[in-house]
Amino acid sequence: MSNLVELRGITRVYRSAGGVEVRAVKGIDMAIKAGEFIAIMGPSGSGKSTAMNTLGCLDRPTTGSYLLDGQEVAEMSRDQRAKIRNQKLGFVFQGFNLLARTTALENVELPLLYKGVRSSKERRSRAMEALASVGLAKRSHHVPSQMSGGEQQRVAIARALVTDPVLILADEPTGNLDTKTSDEVMELFESLHQQGQTIILVTHEPDIALKCRRIILFRDGLIIGDGKPADVLDTIAKGVIS
Amino acid sequence: MNPILTFRIAFKALYSNKLRTILTMLGIIIGVAAVIAMLSIGNGAKYLVEQRIESLGTNAVFIWPGHRRGRNRGSEGNEARLTVDDWKAVDRLPEVANSSPMIFSYGDLVVGNRNWSCSIYGITPAFFEQKNWKIAEGRFFNTREIQSATNVVVLGSEARQELVGASSIVGQTIRIKKLPFKVIGVMEEKGSSGHGTRDNAVFIPYSTLMKKVDRRDTIHYLSLSARSREEVKSLEKIAIDFLNQRYNVEDPENGGFGAFNQAEASEKADESTKIFSRLLGGIASISLVVGGIGIMNIMLVSVTERTREIGIRMAVGARGRDILSQFLVEAVALSVAGGALGILLGYGLCRLIAGFAGWPPIMSLDSIVLAFGTSAFIGVFFGFYPALSAARMDPIEALRHE
Repeated sequence: MSNLVELRGITRVYRSAGGVEVRAVKGIDMAIKAGEFIAIMGPSGSGKSTAMNTLGCLDRPTTGSYLLDGQEVAEMSRDQRAKIRNQKLGFVFQGFNLLARTTALENVELPLLYKGVRSSKERRSRAMEALASVGLAKRSHHVPSQMSGGEQQRVAIARALVTDPVLILADEPTGNLDTKTSDEVMELFESLHQQGQTIILVTHEPDIALKCRRIILFRDGLIIGDGKPADVLDTIAKGVIS
Repeated sequence: MNPILTFRIAFKALYSNKLRTILTMLGIIIGVAAVIAMLSIGNGAKYLVEQRIESLGTNAVFIWPGHRRGRNRGSEGNEARLTVDDWKAVDRLPEVANSSPMIFSYGDLVVGNRNWSCSIYGITPAFFEQKNWKIAEGRFFNTREIQSATNVVVLGSEARQELVGASSIVGQTIRIKKLPFKVIGVMEEKGSSGHGTRDNAVFIPYSTLMKKVDRRDTIHYLSLSARSREEVKSLEKIAIDFLNQRYNVEDPENGGFGAFNQAEASEKADESTKIFSRLLGGIASISLVVGGIGIMNIMLVSVTERTREIGIRMAVGARGRDILSQFLVEAVALSVAGGALGILLGYGLCRLIAGFAGWPPIMSLDSIVLAFGTSAFIGVFFGFYPALSAARMDPIEALRHE
C-alpha cells in the first residue's frame, strides 16, 4: 500500500525583516500510511510547527517534494492549496479557532460552504452528523462562548471531520484543556483512529504522545527519532540523562 | 464560491456587529440624503424660475428703438423710432402670431377722495393674450375700443385694492391723469414679477394713451409673439431686420432696434439654475465621499480585528477571492443599505424643504439613481482595498494573530 503522505528533502528557509536567513527545517523525509495515528514532538524551535504548516498546506517548502494522497502539493498555488486544505485536510488547533457569535452548527458547516455545497439541507445534515459523531448534537445551536473548552474543541474536531478528510492535523489539541477533558478529546481521536482516520498531532506532553501509535521527534530542524512511542520516549529520557 | 453563500456569510458578519454596521452606514445615509435634498432644492429653484418666465409669455419678443452699444452711446444720428405704422407693418409679417404696442406712463388715479399713483400701460388685448393674464372681474377692452380710443381701464389687483379696497369698482368711473375712465375689469392677482409689480398698474388702450393722456406719436416697445417657441429667435431677427431696413439704419449696433426674447432668457435662467444644482450636488457629494472614507476606515479596522477569523476561513479552505468577495460584499451591502435609507431620509428632507420654500417636492428619478449608483460605487471603491488586504493575508500569520 502506498504512502498517504510522503515528504522528501523538505527544507524551509525564512528570511527575517533584517535579511537574516533562518533555516527552520533543514531537510526532512517522512512517510505516513493511511490510518496511522502519529504524534510529532520536539522542543520549541525544533521545526515541528513548520513541518505541520507544510503538512497542512498552509505553507510552501523552500525545497523538496510533498506527495499528499498521490498529489504533488509542494509547488501548488495559494488557491490550489486552499482547495487541498478544504477537501483533503482537517485542522484542530490549540486555541479551538471557532468563529465567535456563530453557532456550533454554522461553524461546522463552514468548510462545506467553501467546498461549494449549495444545498443548505445537505450542509446542515452533514454538519449535524459530524456534531453527533463528537457527541454534541444537542449543542448545535450554542455559540462558542456558551460552551466549555472541551466542547469547543469537539466542535472544532467535528468541523475538521465534516468534509471527510484523508488527514487530520491537530496542533496541540489538548494544550488548553485540563487532564479530564484532554482524556476525553484523546478518546475521541482514538475512536477516530479505530475507524481508520489518519491523524497527526503535535504535542509537548508524553502522556498524550503515548496514546498515539508512532512518534516523530524533531530537533534543530531535523527528525532525530521515529518509531513506537515507548522507544522514542526512551530515547528522549536517555537524552535528558546524558 | 456560490454568490448566494458569499452574501450569506457577509450578511451574517454584518448582522453580528449591529452597532458598527449602523454607525458605518450613517456616513452614507447622510451623504445620500444630502445629495437628494440638494438636488431637490435645485429642481425646486428651477421650477420657480421657470414658472416666472412662463408667466412673462414664453413666445414673446420685445423690440425697442434706439439700441446702442459701446462708445457711440448717446451720439446723435439717424435715430430709429417706433410708430403705430411700424407696429402695423410688423404685425403683417407672416411670422408674427400676434403683437401689441406698449407705451408706459405714470400718473395719478383718483376715485372720490382716494388718490394713488402707479404705472399706466397703453396696450392692446393681444398683450393680455401673450402673457396669458387672466381677468378676475369684468372684461378686457376690445378692438372697437382701441380703434375709437375709448376711455376704458382695466385695473391691476393692487391698484384696485389701494383705490377702493375690497368693494366693487367695475362700471364706476375713475380719473387717470385728470381724465375720466370707465373701469371695465380687474386683473387677477399675479404676485411679484421681479422689479415692480404687475399688480400695481392699470391698463388702457394704447390709442387712448397716445391721443388723449400723453399726446405722443411714438411707442416704447413692440411686444410680439412667435407661433411657437422654436421660432422665437428667427422672429426676433426677422422683425429687427425688417425695421432696420424700414429706417435705413446703416449700423444696427448704433441706433438700430433692440430686442429681447423670453426663450433666450429662460435658457439663460435654466443654465444658471443648472449651475446652482451642480454646485449644491457637488457640495453634497463631498459628504458622500466622506461617508465612503468612513466605510473604508471601518472595513480596515474590521479586517484587522477579524484577522484570526480570516485565518480560520483560509484554513478550512477559503481562497483569496472568497475572502475578497466576502469583504467586498460587506462593504457594498453597507453602502447600498445606507444609500437606500439615505434616499428615504432625503425624501423626507425634500418634502420638508419644499413645505418651507413653497415649491412642489420634486425628487427626480435621476437623483435617486445617481445617489444609489454612487453609493454602490463607493462601496466597491472604498471596500476594495480593505478586502484585498484581507485576501492577501498569510493564513499562518492570521491564525497566530491575537
